[in-house]
Formats: sequence, structure tokens, C-alpha cells
Amino acid sequence: MTAAEPFATPDGPDVLRVSGLHVGTGRDTLVEDVSFSVGPGERVGLIGESGSGKSLTALAIMGLLADELHASGDVRLRGVDHELLTAGEAERSALRGDTMSMVFQEPMTALNPLMRVERQIAEVLLIHGTRRERAAAAAAARDLLAAVDLPDPERIARRYPHQLSGGQRQRVMLAIALANGPELLICDEPTTALDVTVQAQMLRLIVDGVADRDAALLFISHDLAVVATVCDRVLVMYGGRIVEAGEVRQLLTRPQHPYTQGLLAASDLEAVDALGHLPTIEGSVPPGGRFPDGCVFRNRCPRGDERCTTWPGWTGTERSGYACWYPIGSAHG
Amino acid sequence: MLIQLLTRTATLLLSLAVASILIFAFMNVLPGDPAEVALGVGATPEQVAELQARYGTDRPLATQYLDWVAGLPQGDFGTSFVTGAAIGPQIVDRFLVTLWLVGAGMVIALVIAVPLGTFAAVRHRHPDGVLLAGVSQVGIAVPNFLAGILLIGLVSVQWQLLPSGGWVPPAQDPVEFARRLILPALSLGLVEGAVLARYVRSTVLNVLREDFLRTARSKGLRPYQALVRHGLRNAAIPVVTVLGLQLAVLLVGAVVVERVFVLPGLGSLLLDGVANRDLLLVQGVVMVLVLAVLVVNYLVDVLYTVLDPRLRAVA
Repeated sequence: MTAAEPFATPDGPDVLRVSGLHVGTGRDTLVEDVSFSVGPGERVGLIGESGSGKSLTALAIMGLLADELHASGDVRLRGVDHELLTAGEAERSALRGDTMSMVFQEPMTALNPLMRVERQIAEVLLIHGTRRERAAAAAAARDLLAAVDLPDPERIARRYPHQLSGGQRQRVMLAIALANGPELLICDEPTTALDVTVQAQMLRLIVDGVADRDAALLFISHDLAVVATVCDRVLVMYGGRIVEAGEVRQLLTRPQHPYTQGLLAASDLEAVDALGHLPTIEGSVPPGGRFPDGCVFRNRCPRGDERCTTWPGWTGTERSGYACWYPIGSAHG
Repeated sequence: MLIQLLTRTATLLLSLAVASILIFAFMNVLPGDPAEVALGVGATPEQVAELQARYGTDRPLATQYLDWVAGLPQGDFGTSFVTGAAIGPQIVDRFLVTLWLVGAGMVIALVIAVPLGTFAAVRHRHPDGVLLAGVSQVGIAVPNFLAGILLIGLVSVQWQLLPSGGWVPPAQDPVEFARRLILPALSLGLVEGAVLARYVRSTVLNVLREDFLRTARSKGLRPYQALVRHGLRNAAIPVVTVLGLQLAVLLVGAVVVERVFVLPGLGSLLLDGVANRDLLLVQGVVMVLVLAVLVVNYLVDVLYTVLDPRLRAVA
């Protein structure tokens, strides 16, 4: 996707379409009315602070929410006839690891400590019948290890997770996620736990991995710089809602929502105030389910007034727009 | 791996040596010379000295100890002062009975605890899971001799299904052997199963919260498949630890259960020895019980390294 065509729709039907997604505990609402779509080959970033509902959105799509959480809405995957949230466990597990897969934030605990790496990769091939025999699956596992740039895949294959570094383990996770050539890859803060030096390699592997398979990518991060290098389009989440969406360069240079602007200002390491402090967003993210009614950002927003006690609604298209009564550049404030 | 094995083996042998010294010392600080006990109050000092010379109890304690210990590896536990019979063969015979009882009890306990504990963990938010956890709590409160008496009352007396006690060696009549083993093994195993079920439940609950189980589901495994393929082996590690420690509890339980079911096991031999003031016999039985507990815990240590690759030294 190029900056010259910021609103271009990708070819073909969307790989993932989420409409009106709600996630809650029954008492508290943690994700509210989230709608977006990801096209084939498209890389969409989902950014926001901790507690904004990014991971819950991803887990709801995957069907991996904790027992006490409930999701409602409409989630559809290209080539799948049924809606995902209401589908049975058998139908959903048939899609997981095959049509859609996920890389988690914490590589140190995401792999089974008692199983050799090779078997953990081979398993995902055997479950979905991509390989029928153990030996063939094991050989394919070693190829997958080589494909994520792990040196000496024969040796790594026979290792247990505790014998690998965090970066190596996350590559193993990526190898598992890409093994069956998914249509949709979800990465939840895949480099947050890694050293800065291995982050860039990991990001390149993710981007190459989805490009090779023409897969759609939903990339969750709180790091704007990472999202800017990886993604075409960005969704900004706050308080369980999407507050702004747009093509990456446009959104990073001309944010419409005060929260997006605050995030950008907080990421600007050049900007300091008179005391030499980096800019921050006033206040902190309320705990899950305790966001104000109306605009979820209004208690921290420099531009808010009584009008913000009602939810502003969405302005623009689903692919590019915002939810704010007083967007940046409007006369107010 | 080899070095760990050697270290553990050395630790086992050292523990055995220390245990043998302690057991010997405790038996010998007890008041009452075996010769005086055997001869009664009217004995003359000459008679006592003569008997002491015959038993060898007139020698220095260190010599007596070394003499006793040197015989142990060959199964020679000395000769009883009371009956004059060799102790070794008796202990071996009786130990086999206790081994069958404790072994069968452990198997019953595991067969109960693993599925029920896992079920209670998986269903911990549902009424049936909570009920099961409650039932196992009640099971823990039942002493195993009471379980034995209740089983006899119900199965042997009321329903007349199984004999209420006695022992038939497996080589003599395997069917009768099994019929007579079932009730005592159940009274040990049911109570132990309730104890273990709680450990299984809590370790499975911990494993259910692990990230790698979520990874397993993200690969396309259904929740119960993920638990069986990835969870249970991880949950087994803490359960094996408890299993080793619980063996000592089971041996103590066997002493009582053998009395209830009139089984000629190590427990009844120990109680007979105490009643007859047969110190050398008691000393031998206690040594064998300590040996059993130490060896099982040694095997548990070795089993760890088989179960958990993180405990194996990198070659």
C-alpha cells in the first residue's frame, strides 16, 4: 500500500471482518462495539496502552478468551461459511493453527517445557493433516526452523525450549504460526519481550512470512515506531473502543483524535518541556470496565467538555475515521 | 545426567548409613538388657553374663553395630533373642505382603485421584467440580482403619462378597490372593486417593493457567486434547513429589490395616516384635521401612529427570 492511495481497498473480499465485537465479564464491558476488517496481504496495526482491549480483541477472534469472558458480535473469516463467535469448539479449533494463527507476547512461557521443539512444530502439521506421518512432519518442522532463520535447524529441532533464547523461542512460535500457511496471522506484542537488537530481525521475519503466503496480518503493539515499520494501516484502541483508524503515514502525521495525538507526543523523544520532562498523557488508563460513559477518553482529554458525556459516534469510513466531537484541527479548543 | 545419578546414589547410601546408626542407637539406649529380659527377675549375674556372651551383647556397641550392618546387604538381620529364629527370612516374607498391600493401595489411589482430580480442576467453576472437591475433602478426614472396618461391615458381612481378612500367597492361588487383597488395598487406596486427588486438582488448575496450554489450543487442539497432550505431564511433576512423600504415610497406614485384615505383613511383624520386646526384630523391621521410603524417594528423584528435561544437565 502506498501513501499516494491512502484509501485504496485491497483486492478481493476481506480476510477478516469484525463487526460490533463486545467482550465482557457479564458485569463489566471490556471491549465495546469494535468493527474493522483486514484485507488479503494487508498489515493492520492495533495500538493502544495496556488495558485498552487489544489483546482481548485478538483472543476473541481466535476463540481463546478465558472461560469467564464472553464475546458477542460478528467475526467472519474469508472462505468460512459460519460466524466464528457462535461456532462450536470443533469448528473453531479446526480453524486455529490452520486458517488463522497467533504469536503471543511471552516467548518464555508459550512453549511446552517438556517437549522438544521439533515435536511442538510437527504437532500443528499433524493436527490439521498437512503432514500425515510423524517423520514427514518432523522433516517439515526442520524446514520451518530454517525458514525463520534459525541457524543449524537440525540441532535446534532436538532442543527443549529452556535451551533456547527468548528470540529463538519466538522464532519457533512464528514457525508454528506460519506452518500451515494461514490466511490470517495475529501477533500480540511479538517483540515486546525481546532485546532491541533481535526485535528488528523478528519484525522482518513476520513481514516476510505473511508476504510469502499473501496472508493478512493483525499486529498488536503499544509501540508506534514498531507499528510504523510493519503496518499499512492502524487502528487506535482506548478504553475497549477503536477511537481512530487510518493509513499509517496519515495517522502518524495528522492524527484526528486527541488520544492519538497524545500517544504520538509521548513517543516523541525530541520534545521536552521546560523542565526537561518528556510529554505524557495526563492521568492513567482506568481499570477494565471502569471507563467513563460517553467518550471513553474524556476524563483525560484536554479538549473534552459536557458534550463528550455522550459517545461521539464514528466520523469517516471504517478504514479511515475517528470517534471524537472535537477532532484535532477543528475550531474547538 | 550420569553425574546427577551418581550424586543421588551417593546421597542415598549416606542417608542409609546415617539411618542405620540412628536406629541402632535408639534401640540400644532403651533401658532393659535383652539377656535380663529373657531370663526374668530371678536370674543370677552369672547366668546373665553367660547369655550376654551368647547373644554377643557383651561386646562394645560399635562392634555390635558393625556386625549388624555388615549382615544387612546379605539379608542377615541377626537372630532373635526371644524366639531364637533368624530374623532375615521373616522380614523378607512379611515385606512381600506389605509390598503387595501398599503397591495395590497406591495403584487404586492413582486410578481414583488422576481422573477425579483432573475433572475437579477442569470443572472448578461448575457445581459438579466443586462437589467432587468437597467429597475428596471428606475422604481425607476418614482414617484408613475406619474405612477398612466399614468395608468389612458392608462387603464381607452385609453382602458376603469378599473375605474379611487373611492372606493367600499369589503363587498358591492367584484368585483367592486377589480376593483377599482387594478390601485392605481399598481401605488404603480410597483414603490416599482422596488426598492425592486434591494435589492433582491444584496442580492441574495451575497447569490450566499456563501460556503453553493456550499455545496448544492456538494450534488447533481442543481444550481436553491440549490438557492431555501438554498439560498432564507437566502436572505430573509435583504429583510425583507428593507420591514419594505419601509412601511413608501409606506404610504407616499399612501397619494398621494389616491388623484390621489379619495380614501377615511387616506392620504386624513390627507390632509383634514390640509386644514381645524382641528388640533386634524391631530394629530390623524399622530399618527395612526406612530403606523402602529412602529408595522410593531416590526413584522419585530419578523419575524427575526423566519427566523434566530442565533438570537434566546439558551435556
